[in-house]
Amino acid sequence: MNEVRPLTVVQTLSRLALIGVALLAVVAAFAYAGGWLSPARLTQTKMVAAIQAGIGDHPGFRRAHAKGMCIAGWFDSSGAAVPWSKAAVFAQGRIPLIGRVALASGLPFQSDASVPVRSMALRFMQSDGAEWRTGMNDIPVFVVNSAAAFYEQLVASKPAPTSGKPDPAAMAAFLSRHPETARAFGLISMHPPAAGFAGDTFNSLNTFLLVNAAGTRVPVRWAVVPLQPAVVQASSPDDDSAAPPKQNRLFDDLIVQVHEHPLRWRLIITLGRPQDPTADATLPWPEDRQRVDAGTVTIDQVSSEDNGPCGSINFDPLVLPPGIEASDDPLLSARSSVYARSFTLRSGETALKPPSAITPRDAQRVVTP
Amino acid sequence: MTSAERFPAASRWLHWSMAVMIVTMLFIGIGMAATVSQRYEILVSIHRPLGIAILLLALVRLVNRLVNPPPPLPPSVPTLQRIAAVGSHYLLYALMLILPLVGWAMLSAAPYPIVFWGGPHLPPIVPQDPLTYAWLRRLHTTLALLLFATILLHFGAALFHALIRRDGVFESMASWRRTKSRPADPRP
Repeated sequence: MNEVRPLTVVQTLSRLALIGVALLAVVAAFAYAGGWLSPARLTQTKMVAAIQAGIGDHPGFRRAHAKGMCIAGWFDSSGAAVPWSKAAVFAQGRIPLIGRVALASGLPFQSDASVPVRSMALRFMQSDGAEWRTGMNDIPVFVVNSAAAFYEQLVASKPAPTSGKPDPAAMAAFLSRHPETARAFGLISMHPPAAGFAGDTFNSLNTFLLVNAAGTRVPVRWAVVPLQPAVVQASSPDDDSAAPPKQNRLFDDLIVQVHEHPLRWRLIITLGRPQDPTADATLPWPEDRQRVDAGTVTIDQVSSEDNGPCGSINFDPLVLPPGIEASDDPLLSARSSVYARSFTLRSGETALKPPSAITPRDAQRVVTP
Repeated sequence: MTSAERFPAASRWLHWSMAVMIVTMLFIGIGMAATVSQRYEILVSIHRPLGIAILLLALVRLVNRLVNPPPPLPPSVPTLQRIAAVGSHYLLYALMLILPLVGWAMLSAAPYPIVFWGGPHLPPIVPQDPLTYAWLRRLHTTLALLLFATILLHFGAALFHALIRRDGVFESMASWRRTKSRPADPRP
């Protein structure tokens, strides 16, 4: 071995300092990437904390759309969407699906009548292992167009500790900063929800891209549109003794209806034109856009999320099969990241979770002749 | 400069390509868990296939290490540092293999489909179970932080060999000069 010239004390110390600086630089870069140096950055942890500040702790439940029930059935694809998407789900034929209907609120035991917005989430399971998960709402547009605005809205609508109600001034200030939200509320108020889940139309709200076999992309929004009449009241309202508790009226109606006969929705895909907004879910597309009837969603089973197939499914909007892609809508990443955080938290809380509002016994109810 | 034996070329290629991939992976991982911006989608779409690539390369590297054993440390390295060197390398190899497996298992337990670029997909390796998912998800972060700390230690030790000890250990992995039989003259 060759001799190495000894270092002077100054050389040794300066070289050690250099090593220290190099290590610190790596740690600082890592800390920056992890958000520790940017307290203002909006993270999924911060978003979920803001949601919980508004609704309180409900361990084991989804942080949003907390009150829900599992549904299951199948999708009969018409094949009509094949020219726009190579996704196996659109090839003519039948594939199984599960899903979940819910109220768009973080409170798991609210009365159905108190929540104006409802949702349907579906998980199409292709035979090749790929999946399409989509969470849809029965409103025509979404209320915000960015993660930051969603966070601001959470902060503005947080109940004040004294009154237990949101501060109207804070909400007014939020709306003046976000005219797109004020406009969206206007559009939503013109579309009152149907009498029940069965008659509701559920919209993707966000824009996605369909990709066909040639690699051509087209922006789309989709919806499931009911094939049964909009007004169905299976649980007769005047029969008080046999009537299920009003608290779960919408779910009870759906349970009775599905036990009577399967419910069906058409999957309608609206094709956007280049000038249509893709990155702003508060803006509707013009009514005259081409619509493709991609097939029929049939729901023939309902179950409680406590023993049903949807309980531990995260309806992450970025779980998409080849042939469907995310658009530049910023809400897709926001939803996906925040859902993942919520999913991780609630998965770890299963031992603390009380039974869901719709119990396995509720879901088995059959209509008495 | 001293003349500690160099790592074989295959080992050096594996080391440096995986170094880039693993450091990238750690930054992507910590970054995607701390953003709701559109970067999230991009980061996740890189994180999963890159993790599987690292798992495959780690297996190749394990075989390579058996075929091409690393050169011995110079006798001048003190016993304590020798133990730290051997221990940290066991830890690095273990984490390179375990972290992607925990990620894969975590996605299996959730369950999420594990599909890459619309082509191949991986089967689940553990049954669906929320508590298992939550536990594996936490383990994934903990092990990632441990890997980051171990790599930091490894990087610090490499610089210590290069700048303070100057015993050829750094050059045994970091030197790319084309030598034949004799150690080259350090001066051009």
